[in-house]
Amino acid sequence: METQYIATPNTFRQGIKDCLPTLLGYVSIGLAFGVVATTSNLSILEIFLLSLLVYAGSAQFIFCGLYMAGAPVTVIILTTFIVNLRHLLMALTVAPYFTKYSSLRNIGFGTLLTDETFGVAVTKIAQENRLGGNWMDGLNITAYSTWVIACTVGGLIGKWMPDAESWGLDYALAAMFIALLILSLASSPRHQIMRYLKLIGIMGLTLYCLLYFMPGHLAVLIATLIVATIGVMTE
Amino acid sequence: MTTTVNMLLLLAGCALVTWLPRILPFLFVKSVELPDVVLRWLKYIPICILSALVFEGMFEEKGKLVVIDGYHFFAAIPTLLVAVWTKSLSKTVIVGVASMALLRLFFE
Repeated sequence: METQYIATPNTFRQGIKDCLPTLLGYVSIGLAFGVVATTSNLSILEIFLLSLLVYAGSAQFIFCGLYMAGAPVTVIILTTFIVNLRHLLMALTVAPYFTKYSSLRNIGFGTLLTDETFGVAVTKIAQENRLGGNWMDGLNITAYSTWVIACTVGGLIGKWMPDAESWGLDYALAAMFIALLILSLASSPRHQIMRYLKLIGIMGLTLYCLLYFMPGHLAVLIATLIVATIGVMTE
Repeated sequence: MTTTVNMLLLLAGCALVTWLPRILPFLFVKSVELPDVVLRWLKYIPICILSALVFEGMFEEKGKLVVIDGYHFFAAIPTLLVAVWTKSLSKTVIVGVASMALLRLFFE
C-alpha cells in the first residue's frame, strides 16, 4: 500500500510561504544577537559581516562570547567549526532529495542550510516525501535575508536598548528548538512516537553526563551521534 | 562602522569552517549511494539534534555540578504546551519569549 502525500507546488513563492512561520524566530533572535553583539564591542559592519558570512545563530552568539573573552583566533575558529559541524549531519539528511540538481545549485542549497530551514525541510519530507529546488531556494533566501537584516537592525537598536535579557528575547532560540522538536515528533509515524520519546529521555541523560566532561556544544554533537546510534541498534 | 584586517581574517576563517560541512554532503551524496544503515541512522538525527539543543539550553554548570536552570525549565513548560497544542512555530516562540520575560519580571 502506498502512503498518500499531499503535494504543494515546487515554487519559490511556496518556499517563501513555508518560511513565514519561522521568521518571527529569525527576527527576534537576530535582533537579540545584534544587541548582544554591540555589547561585545562589535561594530555594526562586523555584525553585518558575521551574519552574512557565518549565518548561524548559536555560533554567532558563541563568537561574541569568545571574542569578548579575548580567546585566540584558532580557538574561535575551531569552536565555530565544532558548533556548526551539526550542519554536516543535517546536510546529509537533506542532500539525498536534491541529487537531480546541478552541483552549483546543490552548493546553493547547502550554503544556506540552517537549523530552522532544516526543520522546515524535514517537516516537508515527512509530509510529502520530496523536496523541490525552487521551493528550497525560496525558503533559504527568505530566511537568509531576514536574518542578515534582523542582526544588523539589532546592532543599531543595541545602542539604545542594551538589556535584551529582561525582555526574554534570549529565550527565542530555545523556544524555537522546542517547537521544531514537537513538529518533527508530530510528523513521525504514530507507532514510532513512544520510541522517539524514550530516545529523547536517553538524550537528556546522555547530554547531562557528557556536560561533566566537555563544553555544551561538543556535548550536543557527541550525544546526537550516540543516541542516533542507539536508535538504529534498537530498531 | 569599522573593522580591522585581523577581524576580517577571523570572519573568513569562521565562514570557511561553517561553509564546508554545509556543502560537502550536497556534492558528495550525488556520486555515492549511502548504505541503508546510514540512511536509517540519519532518520534519527533531526530529533536527536533538536532534543539535544533543548536539553543543552536547560542544563547549566554550577560549580562542579550540572543542574537544571530554573528559568529555562519553567519557561519550557508553557512553551512545550503551546507547541503541542498549536503546532505553530511563531506562537510557540511568542509564548516562550513572553514566559521568560514574565519569569524574570517576577522572580529576579
